[in-house]
Amino acid sequence: MIILLPLFVCPCFWKNRSLTLRAGPMKQTLLSLRNLTKQFDGKKVLDSLDLEILDGEFITLLGPSGCGKTTLLRMMAGFEHADAGSITLGGQDLTHTPPENRPLNTVFQNYALFPHMSVFDNVAYGLKMEKRPREEIQQRVKDALTMVQLEDFAKRKPHQLSGGQQQRVAIARAVIKRPKMLLLDEPLSALDYKLRRTMQVELKRLQRELGITFVFVTHDQEEALSMSDRVVVLKDGRIQQLGTPREVYERPANLFTARFVGETNFFPGRVDATNGDDTITVDVFGLKRNFRKPDFAVTRGQELHVLLRPEDIRVLAPEDHDGVAGEVVERNYKGSTLDSVIHLQDGTEVLASEFFDEDDPAFDYSLGEPVRVSWVDGWEWLLPEESADEDAPVEA
Amino acid sequence: MNRWLPRTYLTLVYLLLYAPIVVLVVFSFNDSRTGYEWGGLSWRWYESLFNNRAMVEAMWNSLWLALSAATVSTVIGALTALALHRYRFRGKKVLNGMLFVVMMSPEIVLAISLLALFLLVGLQLGYVSLLLAHVTFCLPFVVITVMARLSGFDERLPEAARDLGANDFTMTRTVLIPVIMPALLAGWLLGFTLSLDDVVVSTFVSGPRYEILPLRIYSMVRVGLKPEVNALGTLLLVFSLVMLMLSQWILTRSKQ
Amino acid sequence: MQQPFRTAVLVLVWGWLLFLVLAPNLLVVGASVMTRNPGSFISLPLTLDAYRQLLNPLYLDVFLHSLYMAGMTTLVCLLIGYPFAWALSKLPKQHQVLLIFLLIVPFWTNSLVRTYALKLILATNGLLNNALMAIGLIDEPMQLLYTEAAVIIGLVYLLLPFMILPLYSVFDDLKEDLLRASHDLGAGRLSTFIHVIVPLTLPGILAGVMLVLLPAMGLFFVPDILGGSRNLLVGNVIKNQFLDARNWPFGAAASIVLTVTMAFLMFAHRLSKRRIGEDST
Repeated sequence: MIILLPLFVCPCFWKNRSLTLRAGPMKQTLLSLRNLTKQFDGKKVLDSLDLEILDGEFITLLGPSGCGKTTLLRMMAGFEHADAGSITLGGQDLTHTPPENRPLNTVFQNYALFPHMSVFDNVAYGLKMEKRPREEIQQRVKDALTMVQLEDFAKRKPHQLSGGQQQRVAIARAVIKRPKMLLLDEPLSALDYKLRRTMQVELKRLQRELGITFVFVTHDQEEALSMSDRVVVLKDGRIQQLGTPREVYERPANLFTARFVGETNFFPGRVDATNGDDTITVDVFGLKRNFRKPDFAVTRGQELHVLLRPEDIRVLAPEDHDGVAGEVVERNYKGSTLDSVIHLQDGTEVLASEFFDEDDPAFDYSLGEPVRVSWVDGWEWLLPEESADEDAPVEA
Repeated sequence: MNRWLPRTYLTLVYLLLYAPIVVLVVFSFNDSRTGYEWGGLSWRWYESLFNNRAMVEAMWNSLWLALSAATVSTVIGALTALALHRYRFRGKKVLNGMLFVVMMSPEIVLAISLLALFLLVGLQLGYVSLLLAHVTFCLPFVVITVMARLSGFDERLPEAARDLGANDFTMTRTVLIPVIMPALLAGWLLGFTLSLDDVVVSTFVSGPRYEILPLRIYSMVRVGLKPEVNALGTLLLVFSLVMLMLSQWILTRSKQ
Repeated sequence: MQQPFRTAVLVLVWGWLLFLVLAPNLLVVGASVMTRNPGSFISLPLTLDAYRQLLNPLYLDVFLHSLYMAGMTTLVCLLIGYPFAWALSKLPKQHQVLLIFLLIVPFWTNSLVRTYALKLILATNGLLNNALMAIGLIDEPMQLLYTEAAVIIGLVYLLLPFMILPLYSVFDDLKEDLLRASHDLGAGRLSTFIHVIVPLTLPGILAGVMLVLLPAMGLFFVPDILGGSRNLLVGNVIKNQFLDARNWPFGAAASIVLTVTMAFLMFAHRLSKRRIGEDST
C-alpha cells in the first residue's frame, strides 16, 4: 500500500493521462534515508534529506558541484557519518555500520584500483576478504572478467590498462560481491565523449542483466536523463525534484531544475483571466495566449514564468501577427538542427532549436534578420514567481 | 581513530627531537663550571668562546662553506635538472645513476673516495677540497627538488617563449627560472643544512689551512665537558634562523 | 643559437659527475686491490690481501656488531617514523610544510654538537639520571653512556628525519580512495593495513632503510663520543685505517663492503617500485 501512496498524492496521476508510468511490476523500497543532515565547517551539505530508493531501479543523483550528491553517496557507502538522521536497508539500520559490513559496493570516480595488485587480485579482493575458498574465487573472478569483456587481462596491472578498461575492472570488482546496491560516483567523468556514450549503454545493460539497484552520481544532466529510471535533482543539500527523466525535463518543479536540466527560455507572463474550461489567459510580451491551468493557484494580475524549451519555439516571418518581434543575433548549424539566438525588442534573449524541413531548401537565417517568435499553446510549462528562500521539494 | 592520538604522538616525537637542542641553548647560559648543575644565567661561555680566536674563525669558516656550497650546488643542480628534463642526450640513465649513487652512499664512502681523488691529483686540502666535496653531496638533493617541480609544469610556456623569439639562454632565464624558484630555494636550504651539519666528509677532506667546526671541537667533546660548545651550537642555530628570516624578507620585498 | 648554452651546461654537468663521482669510486675499487705502502698509500702489485684481512675474526666481529647496531637503529627509526609519517600526512597542508621545516632545523647545529648535547643528557650525573632520580623512579644513576644503547640512541637521534622524509612522501601519495575501496570491499582496519597500506608504502620503507642503515654504520663520531671503544662502527674502522693506520687497501675494502650492501638495497627498492608500476625508467 505504501508503494502506491506517492502515486495518489501526485496530481499528475490524475490530471495528466499522457504521463506514462514506467512499465513493469511495482518496486519495493530497498534503502530508506530519513532526515539526513550533515555540516562541514558550518555549512549545511545535507539538509534534512528524505529519500526512498527502490529495489532494482537505476536512480541518479544529479546536481551541480557542492550540491551534496557525492556526500550523500558516501554516506550510503559508510565513508561519511551523518550528524542526524538514519539509513535503513531492508529493515536493517545501517546508520552506524562501518563500510566493510554494509552489503553495498562502490565504483569510485578514479576507479581506485590497487596499483600493486593484478587485475585478477583486484577483482578477487572482496571475495578474499569474505574468506571464500580458492576454487570459488577462481571461478567467480573469471566470470566477472568475462562479463566486462576483460578475460585476457587478468594478469595485467592497472597502470597497463586504458581508462575505459580500468573502469570495467572497477565495476567487476564491485559487482562480484553481489551487493544489494551498487553506488557509482561519477564513474564516467574521466572518459572521452565517445567512450562515455558507449559505457553509458554498457552500464544500463549491466544493470538490467544483474537486476541490482544502481545509484549513480553525475553532474551531467544529459547522462542522467538517458540512463535513469528516476532522477533526484539536488541543490544545496536539498532535493529539488524527484521523478522520471521525462517528468524532470518536461515538468520541472522549480526554476533551478528547469535551468539545470537542459536549456530553457523563461518568459514573464501576467494572468489576464481564469477561464472556466481549465485554461487561463496570460499576457506574454503583449500576446494574449491561452494556457492550461497550472497545478498552483492563480489569480488575476498574478505574475508567473512561462517556460519553453528551445525545440518548442517557432520562428516565423516578420509579417506574422502571431508572434513577438525580434532579430536574429546568432545562428548555429548543428547538423540535425538549426539553433538560433533571437533578441526581442525589449532585449530578452530567446533560444530556438528547429529541425530542418526537407521541403524547404531555403530554410536558414542570416544575422540581423528580423523575425517573429512564437510557440504552440499547450507545449509550455508554467511556474510561479519564486521568492528568495528555499522552496519545498516536490515529488512528481 | 580519534584525532588527538596522532597529534599527541607527533608532539611527543618533536619534544624528543628538540630536547637536546633545548638543553644546548639553556646550558649555554649556565653559570657553572661542572656543567651539569644549574648555576644561574651567565654569558661567560659566550665570552670564552669569543676569546677563543681559533673557534670563532672555525665557526665563520663553517658558515661560509655552507653558504658557498649551497649556492654552487644549487646552480649546478638546477642546470643538471634542466638538462635532464629538457635536453635529449645519450647517457641520461648513467647520469641519473650517478646522482642516485651519491645520494644513497653513506658519507664515509663518499669521504674516502674524494680523499683518494684529491691526493691523487695533488690538490691541497683546504677550502677548495671542502667546497668540491660539499657541493658533490648536496647536488643530488637539489636535482631531485628541482626535477619534482619541473615535472609538474606546463611545457607550453618555454615553447611560447621560443616562438616569440627568445633563444635558449634567454628563455631559461626569463621563463624557467622564475617557475622553479621555489624549488631552487628549497634545494638551497637543503644544501645549506647538509653542509653545516656534516662531520664525516669534512673530517676526511679538510686541511690545516681552513679549519672548520667539526674538527676544532672534535677533541674537545670527546674527552670532557666544554660548555663553550653549547654556546657555539646556539650561535650557529641563531645565525641560521636569522639568515633564513632575512632571505624570506628579501624575497617578499623583491616580489613587489 | 641554442647550441653553445646547451653544450656548456652538459660539459659542466658531465664533467662534475665524472670527475667527482665516477673517478673517485673507481679509485677506491682500485685501491682495495692494491698493496699497502706507508709512503704513497698504495702501490702494486695487485692483491686480495685487503679482503682477506676483512675476514680476520677481530674485524668480522666489529663488522657484525656494527651491523647489529645499525640494524637496531633502523628498526627503532622505522617503528618511530612510520606512525609519525602517517600522522603527518593527515594534517592540513600548511601545517605539514611547517612541521617538515621543524624536522630540518635541528640540523643547523652541527651533528657533533648535538651528539655532545646527548652526552650531557645521558651521563651518569647528567640530566636524564638527575631527573629520574628527582621523580623517584630510580634510586641510583643508570649507566647509559659508553653502552651499546647510547650509540643506538645517538644514531637514532641523528638519523630519524632521514627515515621520516621518504615515508612521508609515500604516505602523501597514498590516495584516500584506495583505503575507502578496501573497506568498501569488506576489509577491516587490520586487513587494509596488511594488504593495501604496507605494500604501497614499501618503497618508502626501503628508501628510509637505505638512508638510515648505511650511514648508521658510518657515523664514526657517535661511538667516539657516546659509545666508548667497545662499540665501534665500520665507519670507525675505515677512519682508523685511512687516517691513522694508513692502510688504504684495507679501508677501501671495508668501504666496498658497504657499497655492495647499498647496491643490494637499491635493487630491492627498484623492485618494490616496479611492483606498483612506479618504475620511471
